[in-house]
Amino acid sequence: MSLEQKNKPWRPNAEIAELKHRADLLRKIRDFFSEREVFEVETPLMCRTASLDPFIQPIPALYSSLAAEAGRMFYLQSSPEFAMKRLLAAGSGPIYQICKAFRNAEEGRLHNPEFTMLEWYRPGFDHHALMDEMEALLAVVLGSSKTDRFTYQALFLEYLGVDPLQTSLQQLSLCAAEQGVHLEAQVQAELSLDDWLDLLMTHCIEPKLGFDQPVMIYDYPASKAALAKIRPTEPPVAERFEVYVNGIELANGFHELMDPAIQLARFNKDCEFRKQLGYPAIPIDDYFLAALEFGLPASAGVALGIDRLVMLALGKSEIQAVVSFTIDRV
Amino acid sequence: MASYSTNEFKSGLKVILDNDPYVILENEFVKPGKGQAFNRVKLRNLKTSRIIERTMKSGESLQAADVTDKEMQYLYNDGERWHFMVVATYEQYEIDKAVVGDSRLWLREQDVCIITLWNDTPLIVTPPNFVVLKIVETDPGLKGDTSGGGGKPATLETGAIVRVPLFIQTDEYIKVDTRTGQYVSRAKE
Repeated sequence: MSLEQKNKPWRPNAEIAELKHRADLLRKIRDFFSEREVFEVETPLMCRTASLDPFIQPIPALYSSLAAEAGRMFYLQSSPEFAMKRLLAAGSGPIYQICKAFRNAEEGRLHNPEFTMLEWYRPGFDHHALMDEMEALLAVVLGSSKTDRFTYQALFLEYLGVDPLQTSLQQLSLCAAEQGVHLEAQVQAELSLDDWLDLLMTHCIEPKLGFDQPVMIYDYPASKAALAKIRPTEPPVAERFEVYVNGIELANGFHELMDPAIQLARFNKDCEFRKQLGYPAIPIDDYFLAALEFGLPASAGVALGIDRLVMLALGKSEIQAVVSFTIDRV
Repeated sequence: MASYSTNEFKSGLKVILDNDPYVILENEFVKPGKGQAFNRVKLRNLKTSRIIERTMKSGESLQAADVTDKEMQYLYNDGERWHFMVVATYEQYEIDKAVVGDSRLWLREQDVCIITLWNDTPLIVTPPNFVVLKIVETDPGLKGDTSGGGGKPATLETGAIVRVPLFIQTDEYIKVDTRTGQYVSRAKE
């Protein structure tokens, strides 16, 4: 054996004992859903389309069949949401999935470009009912009891004294400066209102959330709706929620948008934004739109990062400690 | 000159920020599941040693700083400038007192140091981890005391003041750890 081979860091990132704990937690999660008669599904990891979210970059996969002269471009999916909603429209009833998801250029203490996601859907639930079920799942996995719940607006008012639904670029940049977040002037000029809110959330609020008990944030600004329903209050809010534990974002859920016309309008807006940013075009998922056209049952759905959940359950500070082999070892 | 994108950032990388050379100490990728990704970067200014934190949009770049380390022999100083030489090429560098800073307390003629250069201009003088220096002044301690407890200050030939055991006398040589400024042992010249 050559010296180079001998020195290869071939061992897993995680201790074998931690991987056994991980397996136990996955079994608990499956038992949780089994008891509640939510059935496990699998959907393709390799898809013809991908998320159009301008802040999520898909990883392309080249597929060559004997029939095709040139390869066809597929994507490793960044979330199973479109396929799972097609199952809902086809009458599946409550479903969950534990699968791999892929996101380009996301690496860090809390990110690996390939990660494990738990996603589940509940026909008949709104985002509040799904938060209740999330609370029950966290109790099983993390041993937490209650959860604290705030609206996005109440959270910003509480931590930063800013109303995120009625604010300005100037107020948010001033707030960031007061909080000691330093950015280049040129970068500041490029940030949109939503970017500033993301910056303040990730830098100034998130690190303080969920140390006593898990925190759930709900009713987001309409501009941050993603695939959530917008409630036409004044100002309108998106029926979306997120979960935070020990300063870490753990899950994101929606009271799902059902209207195909609004969905198409959001897709077109995302495509336009991607174009402006110079990102490659991604085809719109017309199977998904056709399913919405047929009729998605009123439902709520949520996606949760399993690697982060296991990390929190085992008291680790980085996902590398609970993943067998991260991107630097494959 | 090359540049580095935020996803290439790692500790030890030398970059230019606000026209100064910096070394990256920490880089944290911060991204909400939905929304703009940022990198929170902690950097040390190589000229002033000041540590700062900057937030960048992920995917942006910083210019690489042409910072290199060179081994050089310390020759002498004239009170204002310290003179060094690359042994292999006889190439000489004059370095201002301000740049040499406290490292001057550990420089003995002919010792080989690491000089950090930015675009060939000296930024940092790093003395060897251990140096042997002569004591020019210390109180005569009690003979026979080898307990090592207590100790006393001793002034070295470079002007540095180091705590030494009581049995160490003027004109003796001692080995010092330059990273901590602490006495290590008695030494032969």
